[in-house]
Amino acid sequence: MMAPAGHGSLDGAGAASVVASRPALLEAREVTKYFPAGRRGAVVHAVDGVSLALPAGRITAIVGESGSGKSTLARLFARLLQPTSGQLLLDGQAAPAGRGGRRRNAQQVQMVLQDPFASLNPVHDVRYHLTRPLKVHGAGPAASLDESLAALLERVALTPPERFLGKYPHELSGGQRQRVAIARALAVRPRVLLADEPVSMLDVSIRLGILNLLAGLRENEGMTILYITHDIASARYLADEIAVMYAGRLVESAPAISVTDRPAHPYTQLLLSAAPDPDRPEPVELSDRGSVPSLLTPPPGCRFHPRCPHAMEVCSQLPPPPAEVAPGHVSACWLHAPERPAGAAAPPERRPDGSPTQLADDPSHQQGRQTRPALRHLPFSRPRHGQSKEAGDEPAGH
Amino acid sequence: MTGQDAPGRGGPLIEVRGLRVDYGLGPDAVNAVIDADLTLAAGAVLGLAGESGSGKSTLAYAMTRLLRAPGIITGGQVLLHGGAGPAGEENAAAAGEPTPLAGTVDLLAADEGQLRELRWSRIAVVMQSAMHALNPVVTIGAQLTDVLQAHKLKMDRTDRRARAASLLEMVGISADNLRRYPHQLSGGMRQRVMIAMALALEPAVVIMDEPTTALDVVTQREILTELAALQRDLSFAVLFITHDLSLLVELADSIAVMYAGRLLEQAAAADLYRAPRHPYTLGLLRSFPPLHGARKPLTGIPGSPADLRTPPPGCPFHPRCGYAMDVCRTEMPAAFRPGRGGGRSAACWLHDGTHEVPAELAVPGPGSRSPGAVTGARTWAEAGTGTKAGTATEAGTGTEAMAGAKPAAPPEPAAAAAAARVLAAAAQPGEAAAAPDATGTRP
Repeated sequence: MMAPAGHGSLDGAGAASVVASRPALLEAREVTKYFPAGRRGAVVHAVDGVSLALPAGRITAIVGESGSGKSTLARLFARLLQPTSGQLLLDGQAAPAGRGGRRRNAQQVQMVLQDPFASLNPVHDVRYHLTRPLKVHGAGPAASLDESLAALLERVALTPPERFLGKYPHELSGGQRQRVAIARALAVRPRVLLADEPVSMLDVSIRLGILNLLAGLRENEGMTILYITHDIASARYLADEIAVMYAGRLVESAPAISVTDRPAHPYTQLLLSAAPDPDRPEPVELSDRGSVPSLLTPPPGCRFHPRCPHAMEVCSQLPPPPAEVAPGHVSACWLHAPERPAGAAAPPERRPDGSPTQLADDPSHQQGRQTRPALRHLPFSRPRHGQSKEAGDEPAGH
Repeated sequence: MTGQDAPGRGGPLIEVRGLRVDYGLGPDAVNAVIDADLTLAAGAVLGLAGESGSGKSTLAYAMTRLLRAPGIITGGQVLLHGGAGPAGEENAAAAGEPTPLAGTVDLLAADEGQLRELRWSRIAVVMQSAMHALNPVVTIGAQLTDVLQAHKLKMDRTDRRARAASLLEMVGISADNLRRYPHQLSGGMRQRVMIAMALALEPAVVIMDEPTTALDVVTQREILTELAALQRDLSFAVLFITHDLSLLVELADSIAVMYAGRLLEQAAAADLYRAPRHPYTLGLLRSFPPLHGARKPLTGIPGSPADLRTPPPGCPFHPRCGYAMDVCRTEMPAAFRPGRGGGRSAACWLHDGTHEVPAELAVPGPGSRSPGAVTGARTWAEAGTGTKAGTATEAGTGTEAMAGAKPAAPPEPAAAAAAARVLAAAAQPGEAAAAPDATGTRP
């Protein structure tokens, strides 16, 4: 039984204040990661000045499209990559460098990868996959090994354990494989799980089983989880907090329901308007087209400004500072910046958002809504069919 | 299951009857598609939803005779009706060529010559992976004009070039890209090129196999919006294959749900979403977390998708079904027509008329009040009209069983309690009055 027992209690429970009061177990401060590309000193700006704290015992989701840097950030957290600049703190302490430091980090922070068909070794059985981390990270006496293995499999609901220990990956279904991968991560008794798209390779009907397993780990064991996904609906379902990334930068972060019901950043709004939603009352009118910009030569200022329907002059000049639009709800957009540099355009007309996505059972956000610009309803022009859309849809090759 | 099953704008264009496809021969043969009946109406969008291994792509490949060994079509008919929609007629008239093979053709009996004439000009296919479907060493322009060169003998080089350019612009790519190679385009642009190519001869039907699965969500939406506009303008029919049922509800006129090689349920999109009849459909719909409303625990479907190599006896879904009865374990149900649904079918013993149907599988659909009003009048882009209230999904008992295990009871104790809550917010008064407790599960 892996359904999140207290799931309902997460809703509107003043998540923002809770977040603020909880110490960050794992934290990135102004972390930047550039990858060298080509010979002329070009770099891919994979992650650029991202600050993100993972509060203990909570699930934080990073949502973004491919190329947004979300997986790179997870690898930085796991210390599989060294940041180009910035700090990664575990329990407020800078992680020690070198092999020993990485190993100590690995005892606390474990990763679950996207593809359980590739992340398990096909020539080894489940017992081997789970025994390795137990031995490498110093399990107890050999006698208790079987007990540890059984306990691990029970935690991921692969029961009875003896039925699964001897199986090879090809004998397991996709969902079972991902459970083994999660059990392997749990073997070293980590405090943080970094789950990088853990369900995107799985069949639709078994995805919730894995998400509920993660929710159960948080609920029952206080596990801190970073959930990386491109599916904002699943992030809303699972996470306490959602951080939205675009082209290597964090553009918005807030309690999960706030992000999906009252998105502040134009990119988050675009993402939400594009997501499949059977309850949508009218056809989608995308506010923008195009794709994530080149990370070799990212646009100056706000990285979203070439696609943004609300772009102002300042947006192409200076990166927007993070601004709090509601308690615990931060958006990096000039529209929300308390002070704009001289010469910047005034924010668009403000009117209450009558969107039906509003949560009826969450009055705590009503006030904030009235005073914020309702970007979703602003008029904008959109290229018609037959016109060149090159401007937005950049060729991928470089 | 043919005929009236396909709500849409025209008569039946393609009728699949009793199609059976195996992989391999003899006792080891895997039945990948079993007795599939499907009707695609001219100008309509039919969604085919299923998980991996459900046989949905196999069905599409068999229909178009693109199936390769060891796949073998062992029975059935695929009737392509001639006369075609407006697209076909205009095309033929404009080119000054007679409409090829007017009348009805059984694609499974057609010879290579007939197929060559029909492909591209009447039936086009868009594959899932645009990276692999495009030739990496040939320019976009050459690949587009190749189609025209093969099928439009009277067209000269300049005309072909002009047509290729206009095709690209039709899908929102500037004609400069004609000289580019596939690797120079982004994934979304490549998929657009594939769509442009499929539309080169203005076919009556385009079969799309997971055309947007590999794309980012914003790009996916752009392409779907474009596709909807093109489909409106050119009025071709679409068979849209995907695993994402929530996407299909938005874009399809009608939806067929496939599981373990069988079509388990077919209905108009709004009916299927608001009032599913098959437990598998219900489970699938409950596997998509909603974007609105309060967050509630969802369960998905217990167990794992059926393995076609060792299919369970009887209904293939019974090991995962919370409503399974004794008969389900031994006999495959026929495609029953649940009452009042109007043009829908569900292959489930619950709907054979002798069993009491659980409330959540007997919700009156939006189409049942005025059949045709919803399905006929709706356009693709309008899909998903209806209530905005509440969440589409509801918690079960939370019992999550692993493969082989079965939930003990129908997972629905929460439904009644939820009914009152959702009713308060329900936006369809007609339904609410008609079946108050049922509306709770499917507002």
